[in-house]
Amino acid sequence: MNKWEDNKAWFLILPVFIIVAFSAVIPLMTVVNYSVQDIFGPGQRFFIGIEWFKEVLSDGRLHEALWRQLLFSGLVLLIEMPLGIGIALLMPKKGWGSSACLVILALPLLIPWNVIGTIWIIFTRPDIGLFGAAINTLGLPFDHTASPFDAWVTVMLMEVWHWTPLVALLAYAGLRAIPEVYYQAAKIDGASSWAIFRYIQLPKMRGVLTIALLLRFMDSFLIYAEPFVLTGGGPGNSTTFLSIYLVKVAVGQFDLGPAAAFSLIYFLIVLLFCWLFYQALQAVGTGDKQ
Amino acid sequence: MGLQLENVSKFVGSEMHLADISLQLKPGSRYVVLGRTLAGKTSLLRIMAGLDRPTKGTVRAGGVDVTGVSVRKRNIGMVYQQFINYPSLSIYDNIASPLKIQGVPSSEIDARVREAAGMLHIEHLLDRLPSELSGGQQQRTAIARALVKDVDMLLLDEPLVNLDYKLREELREELQRIFGQRESVVVYTTTEPTEALMLGGNVIVMHEGRILQEGPTTEVYQNPASMQVAEVFSDPPINFIPVHIDGECARLGNELCLPLTEQTAALPQGEYTYGIRSNRFSLSPRSGEDVAIRGEVGLAEINGSETFIHFRQGKESYVVQEEGVHSYKVGNTISVYAHPGDFYVFNKAGKLLVAPKHDR
Amino acid sequence: MARIDLNEIRHSYKPSPKSDDDFALKRVHTTWEDGGAYALLGPSGCGKTTMLNIISGLLKPSHGQILYDGVDVSAMQPEERNIAQVFQFPVLYDTMTVYDNLAFPLRNRNVPASEVDARVRRIAETLELTNDLGKRAAGLSADAKQKISLGRGLVRSDVAAILFDEPLTVIDPHLKWELRRKLKEIHKEFGLTMIYVTHDQVEAMTFADKIVVMYEGEIVQTGTPEELFERPEHVFVGYFIGSPGMGFLECTLEGDIAHVNGAAIPLEPGYGVRASSLGSRFKLGIRPMYLGVHSSREACGELPGFEARVVGVEDQGFCRIVTVQFGGQEIKARINDGHPVAEGLCWLTFPPEKTKLYFNERLVG
Repeated sequence: MNKWEDNKAWFLILPVFIIVAFSAVIPLMTVVNYSVQDIFGPGQRFFIGIEWFKEVLSDGRLHEALWRQLLFSGLVLLIEMPLGIGIALLMPKKGWGSSACLVILALPLLIPWNVIGTIWIIFTRPDIGLFGAAINTLGLPFDHTASPFDAWVTVMLMEVWHWTPLVALLAYAGLRAIPEVYYQAAKIDGASSWAIFRYIQLPKMRGVLTIALLLRFMDSFLIYAEPFVLTGGGPGNSTTFLSIYLVKVAVGQFDLGPAAAFSLIYFLIVLLFCWLFYQALQAVGTGDKQ
Repeated sequence: MGLQLENVSKFVGSEMHLADISLQLKPGSRYVVLGRTLAGKTSLLRIMAGLDRPTKGTVRAGGVDVTGVSVRKRNIGMVYQQFINYPSLSIYDNIASPLKIQGVPSSEIDARVREAAGMLHIEHLLDRLPSELSGGQQQRTAIARALVKDVDMLLLDEPLVNLDYKLREELREELQRIFGQRESVVVYTTTEPTEALMLGGNVIVMHEGRILQEGPTTEVYQNPASMQVAEVFSDPPINFIPVHIDGECARLGNELCLPLTEQTAALPQGEYTYGIRSNRFSLSPRSGEDVAIRGEVGLAEINGSETFIHFRQGKESYVVQEEGVHSYKVGNTISVYAHPGDFYVFNKAGKLLVAPKHDR
Repeated sequence: MARIDLNEIRHSYKPSPKSDDDFALKRVHTTWEDGGAYALLGPSGCGKTTMLNIISGLLKPSHGQILYDGVDVSAMQPEERNIAQVFQFPVLYDTMTVYDNLAFPLRNRNVPASEVDARVRRIAETLELTNDLGKRAAGLSADAKQKISLGRGLVRSDVAAILFDEPLTVIDPHLKWELRRKLKEIHKEFGLTMIYVTHDQVEAMTFADKIVVMYEGEIVQTGTPEELFERPEHVFVGYFIGSPGMGFLECTLEGDIAHVNGAAIPLEPGYGVRASSLGSRFKLGIRPMYLGVHSSREACGELPGFEARVVGVEDQGFCRIVTVQFGGQEIKARINDGHPVAEGLCWLTFPPEKTKLYFNERLVG
């Protein structure tokens, strides 16, 4: 009777297995299948081993896209993390001011991603856009459709505007979880505001900040919709990030084999960061237990 | 319905939580599991309840093997250290919850909820939510919920430990009365010897996952089988004095000579440990046979209506318990008296050889 | 080091308090002498935490002033008042070592490094933390952490007072008395004014030379542990101090004789005069250890014995607590280990010097 009770548990999680199989495993295996074959048409396919992988890995444009992607994610983190923490520190702790701040911060997170691209297209248009026109009037030539640098600035601005609120909200939650006595004790110890930040707030926020850091890294690494709408990856290839390049290869050129190989490599890179994410969380968990 | 544990062991990983426990709990009796923190009291309770499955051994209820049978299928009430109630349900619904699950008709539920609430003096709080009550009232609710169904076994895991001492005092008295009216087996864990004594019944003394001694509470209190039992079953701590028994007396260096009694004279010469509970010391001689120990006061703790005076003589430190509230200056010298017949004598292995005659 | 005066302090958390019930502190007017070891004792909700926060400056009272050595500090922030506080849960700077934790308050005040080192080492030695100085504070046990919190207060030479807010809550029971001893030693060594807030009478009575008992927003008695035990000035003190607490019987008064349902119990001379103008309904209070229970009238000795009935016995090992029914009321007595306990019918004695009289919850006297 006891054995039966134990086995019953397996049936309960069977539906999950089936869903995971259809939603993740089977599509993934299809991609694996494509990545090792050359396909000319229905019924015309040849097994070619790791040829596509070789080709993709030696593709200069992919290398460029990868470095561009890493630079972008790095810059995004360097700006968003301190900015988010700063906003969280400045937010009121209670009352209607705190609620108002939370609502305002949440707004950019509620807008569909492709709409964000559209908003920023209009916002930064050099002729009629509020931002673009204003900058040009000040005498600084600005046109994200022509200058790669201006395109980068625009995409960065959009990304920071869109996602810094997430970091701020997480940091704010971390700050609110610090018991009041820590501040009282620090006051009594005569600690300066900097010392309070350095020795109380920052260490106590470490857990949520790690999560924020990794979430932001992964999200920015997979960025697609906003720059695609805004710049389409241009001018030239200046804002062609990994996922935009992948779509260009797969949809633009109908090179399904290389695209599949590319997808798998991309997938492995993301998987690697997932692993780092998990490891970092584990380290934070044990750190708090001590 | 009684409960029987046969050679029950519990390991978590390689860590031993319970080692080879055999117990026979008789229907309608009361058991207090006494031991320090991490002695295995909670592990034992969880196995009795069926919340955990023993690594080895068998649990029988009324002769039927129930090892590993889920707690849902057994008729058990349990109260925890933390005040565990359903936060979104009123006190009434909290107490009624076990009956609703059983499908008892609502008129009967009403009568039984009110009876249980009455027993624990929370009738006037039935409409409130747990968060609106004090800690003591929340724990009363949890106890009422455990009492409301006619359970075969009522398990309480240090239920009073998180309460203020005055509330503890009140509830302890009430629990004793409530248990007296029940047919079910009651198992109650505690770290406090006083609580064990007040609840009476039988005591199971545990230490590091093992049962050291079991039996009727006062009997175990008066005849602890070993130094360990005496230690666990004494608050303030029992005083141990390493002595050498020669033909004349039990000596501690040149400082102390306790004359031999009828019982101790029969022991072979050699090394022993004398033990005396702090309340058997007194600050004035009670008879001509009393022996004085002089020492320096370390700290006087005041506990309820008692003063515990910690004092040192040479390398040994002792505690004497004095009735009433008194103050002592740290560093003062005091004389403490003890009757030679009031000592327990333990051999080198810590086993009890001589217990004082209690009715002296 | 400082003497602390609380002048006519009242405090309400409501913006416009109407009646006395709206005040968390109804009226507090008291003095804490320089170098004293005080405890602020009371049940939860009695206003003791409010009072502590007023002393430390975390809260500004609605009325009244607070003086440190005669200087009005009512408007000052905690850091300006030079007090130290140890909280219920250890408050540590997790990323710092024990040494840096202890040095923190001094470094914030720009004390020269050599002096910081000397003071930190001295305090670490007093608190038996010398071997842990290099360790990360986060990894230590609860009692060590609480010692560090205390150390951060002691390390400053200018501290006016140290406030403790139930500091032993998270400490294992068998380590508590070690820490209590340590606190007493520190009080002796440093001669600081210490105020210890707790609901636990064991901690209050063991730590303090003087205890301030609070009840429903008021101070009901200030005194040494013996005074609180022997001569409770309020029914609440009688109940709260001692285990079990003082027993009370409703009575009327005729001269120096208390009448409890027909039984005439003689009191100490003088009560009759003091109580004559108060009213007619009184309470007689006696501690269980002083209430005599005898198995026969003859055993009562010189005192008059009153017939009663034993209705319950609780064994506590070293003594038994006996509940007796007397004149329609119940009262508890304590009988020491080794003395016989009467069964059923018994005779009570009330030693006059230990029998107190209360009117309107307060001691007549």
